[in-house]
Amino acid sequence: MAEIDVAEVGVRGVNSTLHGLPEGTNETDWVILNPHGYHSIACGLDEHLNVAIKGHVGFYCGGMNQLAEISVEGHAGVGVAENMMSGTVRVSGNASESAGATAHGGLLVINGDASSRCGISMKGVDIVVGGSVGHMSAFMAQSGHLVVCGDAGDALGDSIYEAILFVRGKVASLGADCIEKDMTPEHIAKLTELLAAADIEADPSEFRRYGSARKLYNFDIDNIDAY
Amino acid sequence: MVTEIPHTLPRKSATFDDYTLSEIRRAAATGIYDIRGGGAKRRLPHFDDLLFLGASMSRYPLEGYREKCETEVVLGTRFAKNPIVLDIPITIAGMSFGSLSAQAKEALGRGASLAGTSTTTGDGGMTPEERGQSKMLVYQYLPSRYGMNPVDLRKADAIEIVVGQGAKPGGGGMLLGQKISDRVAEMRNLPMGIDQRSSCRHPDWTGPDDLEIKIQELREITNWEKPIYIKIGGARPYYDTTLSIKAGADVVVLDGMQGGTAATQEVFIEHVGQPTLACIRPAVKALQDLGMHRKVQLVLSGGIRNGADVAKALALGADAVSIGTAALVAMGDNDPALEAEYNKLGTTAGAYDDWQDGRDPAGISTQDPELSARLDPVKAGHRLANYLKVMTLEAQTIARACGKSHVHNLEPEDLVALTVEAAAMAQVPLAGTDWIPGRDRY
Repeated sequence: MAEIDVAEVGVRGVNSTLHGLPEGTNETDWVILNPHGYHSIACGLDEHLNVAIKGHVGFYCGGMNQLAEISVEGHAGVGVAENMMSGTVRVSGNASESAGATAHGGLLVINGDASSRCGISMKGVDIVVGGSVGHMSAFMAQSGHLVVCGDAGDALGDSIYEAILFVRGKVASLGADCIEKDMTPEHIAKLTELLAAADIEADPSEFRRYGSARKLYNFDIDNIDAY
Repeated sequence: MVTEIPHTLPRKSATFDDYTLSEIRRAAATGIYDIRGGGAKRRLPHFDDLLFLGASMSRYPLEGYREKCETEVVLGTRFAKNPIVLDIPITIAGMSFGSLSAQAKEALGRGASLAGTSTTTGDGGMTPEERGQSKMLVYQYLPSRYGMNPVDLRKADAIEIVVGQGAKPGGGGMLLGQKISDRVAEMRNLPMGIDQRSSCRHPDWTGPDDLEIKIQELREITNWEKPIYIKIGGARPYYDTTLSIKAGADVVVLDGMQGGTAATQEVFIEHVGQPTLACIRPAVKALQDLGMHRKVQLVLSGGIRNGADVAKALALGADAVSIGTAALVAMGDNDPALEAEYNKLGTTAGAYDDWQDGRDPAGISTQDPELSARLDPVKAGHRLANYLKVMTLEAQTIARACGKSHVHNLEPEDLVALTVEAAAMAQVPLAGTDWIPGRDRY
C-alpha cells in the first residue's frame, strides 16, 4: 500500500500522482496522510483505486469521482463527492454543505451528519447519511436516492424531480412539491440494499418515503403560490 | 355659413404606447408574464454612439492592403498550461443544445473552426457533433450542471464558469417542456416533456472565496491545463471583475444586457442589468487597478454586430468579443425569406423572438426534427465563417486607419462619443470637445 503525504507533496502532488497512474494499474491501494483540511484532495479520479485519507478534508474531496473507492477517516468540507459519476466515497465523520451535489452516480456514505443542501441537484447518486441532514437537502433532486437515518431539516426535497428520499426521523418541513409517499415492498427492498451497501445498521421499516408530487413539472399560473 | 370646429388629432400616449397596451392586454388575458428569447430590445446607449477619429496630421495610418494588422488573441495566459490561441478577436458565446438544435450547434462549431476561433457549449452539456466540429471548444460550467462530467471536461479546451449573463443577471433559466426531446432529456437526467429549470446559483459554492476553491478543484481535475473563464452579467462590472480576478480567473467574460438568452421573462431582459457600453470601462478599470489588464483577458459580449463594434470594444480595453444573436442571424435566424412562416406564428422576420417555444422555422432554436432538418450545418457554418471574417476585416480596416498594427493597439484615445451618455459611459470625449463627463468633476 503506497503512501502520499500531503504535507510533503501538497494537493497537486497527491492528485497528479493518482491521475498519472496508467489505465488498469495494479498500484490500486493508496493512503493519503496529513490531509489537514486541504481542498480538492483525490478529485477527478478515474481508475479502480482504493484511497484511504487519514484525517479531515476540505472542500470537494472526491469531486467528480469515477470508479475509485475513497474513504475519509475524519470530517469532510463543502461539496464532498460533488458531481460524482461512479465509485464510492465514505466519510466516517460529518460532512459540510452540499454533500454529493449534482452527483450522477456511485455511492456516498456519511456516517455522521450532513449539513444543508445535502444531495442538491443530485442526478442519480445514492447517498446514505447515518445521522441527520440540514435544510434544503435534495433541493431540485433529479434522480437517485437519499437515505437519512436521523432527521431532516426544513424544506426537504424542495422542487424535487424523480429522486427518492427515505428518512427515519423527523422532517422539519417539506419543500415545494415534495410529498410523503407509500413505502412499497419494492422501496423497502431498495432501502435495505442501500443500507447494506453503506454498512449502516437500521431497520428499513422505520423509514418514510418522500418524493415529487409532480405538480410543478410544467409551469401553471394556478401554482403561482409555489413559485 | 357653418363653421366646422377644428379638432385636434387623436394622440396616443408616449407612456402607454401600442406595445405597452398590447402587453397589458396579453397579461390580462393569460395571467402569465411574457417569456421570450434574445436580449434587450429597447434603445440603449451603444457602440453606434461612438466614432473613431482615424489618422491625420498627428497619427500615421497603415496601408490598407499592404501593411499587416494582426488579430491573434491568446486567452488564458495567467495560470493555464495550455492557453487558447484565436486567429481573430471574436468568439462564439455559450448557447445550449436544447435551446438550439443539434444542427445549429454543429454549424456554430464548423463556422468558428473555419474562422479560427472558439465556440462554447451551454446549459445541457457537450454534444459529440459540437466537439467534433469545434477546433476550440469552451465548456460551460453552469449552476444546473446538466450533462456535466469529467470526461467532457477534459475534452474541452477551456472551462467557462457561468455566474451570470447579461440578459438576466441574477436569474436562472427555464427550458420549456415542448423543447425537451428524448435526447435533451437524457443529457439532463430528467423526464421528457417537463420544464427544465436551471438554478440562478451554483449548488456547491456561494461566493468568491468558495469560487476560488472551486476553480482550484477544476484545475486539479484537468491538470491545470485549461484556461478558466468566469462569465458575469452586466450588473456591477467593477466589483464583479475584481472578485473574478481574486477568485483566480484566467479570463473574464462580461455580458451586457443586449446579450441574448434562450428563454427569460421580458421584464427581466428589459429591466435588469446594464448596457454593454456601460459595463466595459468599469471592468477594464478593475483589471488596471489590480495590475491585471492584458494578463487576465476580458471578453465582452452583448449586442456585437459588426467589425466596428469589435474595434470599439477592443479600443475600450477588451481583449476579444463574443457573439451569440448575431451568429444565429448569420446562420439564418429571422431570415425575411421565411416571412410567411413567421406571419403564421404571429410575428415578422426581424422580430421573431419566441425561441423558447421550439417552432423556429429556421431550424435553429428548435428540437422539432422536421424544423431542425431545415438547417444544413455545413452551409450554415460557412455563412457564419464568412460573417466572422467580414467582421474581422472591418475591425482591421478601422485599426489600420488609426495607425495600429494589431487590433489590440486600439485605445480610448482613438474614440469620441456622439452623446453625453455614451461619453460618460465609455469615458471618451464628447465629439468636438475635450469633455469627458464624470472626469474632473464637471
